[in-house]
Amino acid sequence: MHELSLSSAIVGTVVKHAEGRRVSVVSLRVGRLRQVVPDTLEFYFEFVAKGTVCEGARLEQELLEARLRCESCEHEWSIDIPAFRCPICGGAEVEIASGNEFEVESIEVEEAECIARK
Amino acid sequence: MHRTKVKVVEEALDANNTIASANRSDFDRAAVKVVNFMSAPGAGKTTLLERVVVDLPGVRIGVLEGDVQGSMDADRLASLHVPVTQLNTDPSFGGECHLDANMVRSAIPALPLEEIDLLIIENVGNLVCPAEFRVGEDTRVMVTSVTEGEDKPLKYPLMFRACELVLINKIDLLPHLDFDLDRLLYNIDQVHPDVERIVLSAKTGEGLDAWREWLIGVAAREGAVA
Repeated sequence: MHELSLSSAIVGTVVKHAEGRRVSVVSLRVGRLRQVVPDTLEFYFEFVAKGTVCEGARLEQELLEARLRCESCEHEWSIDIPAFRCPICGGAEVEIASGNEFEVESIEVEEAECIARK
Repeated sequence: MHRTKVKVVEEALDANNTIASANRSDFDRAAVKVVNFMSAPGAGKTTLLERVVVDLPGVRIGVLEGDVQGSMDADRLASLHVPVTQLNTDPSFGGECHLDANMVRSAIPALPLEEIDLLIIENVGNLVCPAEFRVGEDTRVMVTSVTEGEDKPLKYPLMFRACELVLINKIDLLPHLDFDLDRLLYNIDQVHPDVERIVLSAKTGEGLDAWREWLIGVAAREGAVA
């Protein structure tokens, strides 16, 4: 259900970088820990984008696995379920190496050809 | 017409985080510590505040009450003579299911920051979106109640991981429920190892002293923490 709020955040970020140009593609990097449902995000994005430079833009999502690193024993591992204690030493201090991302990576914008000549 | 790729690489929630930092600076300047208080609807947030706000020695407390609509919760707290400011997400924000930094920013002028030491922001009841949006708080606390099931940490890890303290409420109901408290505590530990936890009942008062002490500890924290 948070995909609606997240879509608004994406559109806000993209509008700022588009500087008035029409946007055709928005590329995201989404970590698994963000619990985003890609289809739902796409659905809301289309809805929220209406009336902005993002209207009709294609949303590309690169999903990143959840990778953890134990700060005590330096063990690194990936998780599919939310179990954050180190399976080797039982440590609680665990760094999230990847999986927390929710970034606009790049956008593709349409620019008018420059036809002015000197 | 041609297409150009523009590199952005920006956390989509950066705009919110920037406003949250501005809120935080305002709170720091007024020497007010802020708790973002979250849970599912009906877990007992307002009751847990009612039970402690009038009884925190040496701490002047204020509440910012976030709701989609209505002022029922704010009225309950105001009747205890605690300064309460109501923030509805419905009229001007389209009924958002959470508070964000901008909504809290809009409420700052109405807050009696000079008269309080600790501000509790009672977020909209929801275990999903509030976990994503910082509002300028020093710390985050959530409530889960034993009527919600042992599996909630596994279903809502973002929320359980976002908090420094988890309150486990309604333990007076345990004799009437098929609920395994140890299982819940184990699941919380899996999702957020070593997170602080207080098991309590707003109804019987069990555990409320620990909740009060925790809040007094937050109010006494030194300066700004990143």
